Amino acid sequence: MDNLLVLWQAPTLTLQLLIDGVLVGAIYCLPAYGMALVWGVMKIINVAQGDFVMLGGYVALYVSYAGIHPMFGVPVAAAVLFVFGWIVYQLVIRHIVDRDLFVSVLATFGISIVLQQLANQLFSANVETAEANLGSTYLFGSTIVVGNIKLVAVAIALVLAVVLFLFLKHSRLGQAIRATAQNPRAARILGIETSQVFAMTYALNAAICGAAGALVVQIWIIHPYIGLTYTIRAFMIVVVAGLGNIAGVVLAGLGLGAAEQFASFLLGAEYQAAFVFSLLVVILLWRSQMLARRRLYLK
Amino acid sequence: MTVWKWGVALLALAATGGASAMAAESDDTIVLGAAVSLTGNYSTNGKNTKDGYELAVKRVNEMGGVNVGGKAYKLKVVYYDDESTPARGAQLVERLINQDGVKYILGPYSSGLTKAIAPVTEKYKIPMVEANGADRDLFTQGYRYTFGVLSTAEQYLTEAVNLAAEVGKAQGRDLKTFKVAIVVENDPFSADVRNGVVDDAKRFGMPIVIDDKFPRDINDMTPSLTKVRALKPDLLVVSGHDKGALLGARSVYEGRVDVPMMAMTHCDSAQVAEKFGKNADYILCGSQWDRSLKYSDKWFGTAEEYAVRFQKEFNYAPPYQGAESTAGVLVYVDAFTRAGTLDVEKVRDAIATTDLATIYGQVKFDETGKNVAKPMVLYQIQNGEYKLVAPTKVASAKFLYPTPAWTERMK
Amino acid sequence: MRALGFAAVAVGAILALAAPFLLPNYVAQFAILWMMVLLALTWDLIGGQMGYNSFGNIVFFGIGCYAAAVVQRSLDVEYFAGLALGGIAGLVLAVAAALVLGSGILRLRGQYFAICTLGLGVAAGELASGWDFIGAGGGMTAPVYPGSPRGAGVFFYYLFLVLAVVCFLTLRALYARRFGLVANAIRDDEDKAEAMGLPTTQYKVAAWMIAAAFLSLAGAAYGHLQGFIDPRDIAFSGETLGVWMVLMAILGGSGTLWGPVVGAIVFDVTQEVFWTYLLGWQRVALGVLIVVIVVFFPQGIIGFLAERWPERFGSRRVSSLLVPDKVS
Repeated sequence: MDNLLVLWQAPTLTLQLLIDGVLVGAIYCLPAYGMALVWGVMKIINVAQGDFVMLGGYVALYVSYAGIHPMFGVPVAAAVLFVFGWIVYQLVIRHIVDRDLFVSVLATFGISIVLQQLANQLFSANVETAEANLGSTYLFGSTIVVGNIKLVAVAIALVLAVVLFLFLKHSRLGQAIRATAQNPRAARILGIETSQVFAMTYALNAAICGAAGALVVQIWIIHPYIGLTYTIRAFMIVVVAGLGNIAGVVLAGLGLGAAEQFASFLLGAEYQAAFVFSLLVVILLWRSQMLARRRLYLK
Repeated sequence: MTVWKWGVALLALAATGGASAMAAESDDTIVLGAAVSLTGNYSTNGKNTKDGYELAVKRVNEMGGVNVGGKAYKLKVVYYDDESTPARGAQLVERLINQDGVKYILGPYSSGLTKAIAPVTEKYKIPMVEANGADRDLFTQGYRYTFGVLSTAEQYLTEAVNLAAEVGKAQGRDLKTFKVAIVVENDPFSADVRNGVVDDAKRFGMPIVIDDKFPRDINDMTPSLTKVRALKPDLLVVSGHDKGALLGARSVYEGRVDVPMMAMTHCDSAQVAEKFGKNADYILCGSQWDRSLKYSDKWFGTAEEYAVRFQKEFNYAPPYQGAESTAGVLVYVDAFTRAGTLDVEKVRDAIATTDLATIYGQVKFDETGKNVAKPMVLYQIQNGEYKLVAPTKVASAKFLYPTPAWTERMK
Repeated sequence: MRALGFAAVAVGAILALAAPFLLPNYVAQFAILWMMVLLALTWDLIGGQMGYNSFGNIVFFGIGCYAAAVVQRSLDVEYFAGLALGGIAGLVLAVAAALVLGSGILRLRGQYFAICTLGLGVAAGELASGWDFIGAGGGMTAPVYPGSPRGAGVFFYYLFLVLAVVCFLTLRALYARRFGLVANAIRDDEDKAEAMGLPTTQYKVAAWMIAAAFLSLAGAAYGHLQGFIDPRDIAFSGETLGVWMVLMAILGGSGTLWGPVVGAIVFDVTQEVFWTYLLGWQRVALGVLIVVIVVFFPQGIIGFLAERWPERFGSRRVSSLLVPDKVS
């Protein structure tokens, strides 16, 4: 309760927590879009999501080692991960597209641990971080401080969301993706090469995660085992927002970020993760309760 | 029901497969066993540990091996990968003892893993000299076969709290107004660092205003630092292996959090100064060891010579995790020689009476098995470099206090 | 054929009973092997037979782990009495937890159930690592076994063997009764099962409580075998034991009685071999193995055999994972 008192005495702190939370949430949004896309179109829950984020981080890190500003790592990571995602699709995902969701969870879990240990062997397990040196911004005199890199990250996340939205709405491939999501059989009959669509969707997802990873390495840290953090958050966001709803994903993502900050501040950092996961359980139970009244099930 | 046939066949397969894994024992080699983290969260420090062991083994063998009762033996270490999980570590040590017939265990990396392994070695009455488990809990269980060459975790930042009290008094302040904030990882090691700081602060009557334990998969430390901003402590303590050190240093400067004094652990192995340069200035770092210290032994010469040799062998400067692991092997070598026999119980007794100078410092165990002869040191990052500032006897630079405000530093 | 089967079981039973004396150095590994069998069997009760794929069963295991250690710490009784009392305490707590949690969570369907239980498992571990009473992130130490290490190995070997066998026999009896039919009906079409008047939620909760009972006992024994309880890596170890129990059941053939047994044995042995010979790369190998299993052999070993030789292994449909349920 002491912590609540602190917030009461210094209201700007509430704003600081909120801003920090929104900035954290914006990063969560990126892998969450990708997950919603793959889940919606291919009916696959990609547990390796966080590991794509981690790989994107390493790409950006190596870009910065080459003497280039790590910000350029964002497009490079996206490109590299696009190709990587396409390869993973051809090797594994292709075989599980029309199977039970649970199969996809297990198969991508397998991919995830392979990627973790490969990253461990290739890059070593050192905790890494790349410096963007963008400085920080003071708001309201000097009561609130925000790292500029986080602001840039939010901008990139939002731009990506809009681009993705327009892409799905208007481009040829986007329309094919949506058609396949709605009814793959009909899409095939209409001449859409669904396997191509799936490959593109999965690669696109990996690219988005890669971009997120390139930002993560500049804002926080990466190491080979960081992936699960992002996978689980992406899960939560998608479950709350539902599929095929980019605006919902953005809102849920920002909300989760803020919730984490306040939980950590008020309950103590040791209960941050416990809070988040308990929240997931409660949200699911609540949603099923709501649906049960209408004799429906969460499916 | 024929399924059983498969089961039986597989059991037989398991048996043969396992049997061939037996370590080849020859009569002029002493085999030590170690489960270290080659993969998983701790694998960076796990590698430091393994490299430290390897360097010692290589050097001892180069110099003719271990002389036990007039006969020279070579040393060899059997390794397994514990994947940074305690359950695996305990199982692997069981395997080292039972299947590989290892009679002497070297410790893993981290307190959690050492805590998981100690009951096993205790059960089998096999000595374990560990160099990377600093949690005090290890030495309050009455274990007879566990020996730690390193200073225990609660001492990591004792020097920092002492310094804080010193500057507080010098300013003529009542220490009851000298506020301490603690932000540590929720794992056995960091929890014990925290307990140490709490005890030290109590000794001086300093109040603890923040006591946060961040989760293992932490990705953001800003809520705790927002508290720091609100409550304005005079000393901020951050601990959580490499990621805690990196996140702490980065978040403090990115958030422009002003604290007069900040102390951490693991700065050197996380390369905080190398990564953040002047942005990490004024941070204090507790460390077990430094290459500039005047320690020496008959195997490596001085600490500096050891560091050069280590660098040549593995292409990186040795963090203290490497040096203390080397010391762990040297303790065994010394004990074998003094025992004059390879009888496990006699070797244990010889270890218990160790009083050995190593490049890592003096090693002498008390009755609980912890090393009481070696002090901790404290660095401060000054101009992007680590400088020893405490204890005063070994200090090579003056402690800079207080940390100037960020508005000053960014000019 | 039948006689042969009995003979095989008899030989297997003798081997299992004699293992600690045939291969005394491996007794600790074999003890873990039987625990793996138990884990896979209990997972399959709810996952394979009922189609409720849970990632959170590890919660009950962790409760057993901690309950036994807490009882040992707070009651001043002798080691075995403490273990027995602790086991009972853990059992009561775990079954109660299964009842309370199950009546809510088991109303969820499909992947939402899976994700919810995943969240439950992680949350339990995180809560345990924040709770000072049970040592928080620092973990707890169980007392050291009073007696020789040989004795400890043999004791825990037989303890796990007995637990696994009792678990197996209980499930066999259940599957042979109405319970088994209801379980499969829920898996195949829950709405129809409900429409026929079956109280499906009650059956599901009952099944979870049975699984919880065995898991908590296994947890109590495992905590004592290890001697040290870490909240996230030993008690609520969702990333290792929690996922492995699923994989083992699927590898052997989920939805069959023998599948989890075979799967656990094959998985555990493979893993030990990987750990011995592929130092540093064992998890790559394990991950590839997982992918290969679920992608190419989703029906599992028993399922594969049943497909090839239905006359010998029975032609019962074995896995819900085979049904392509969406893109058709």
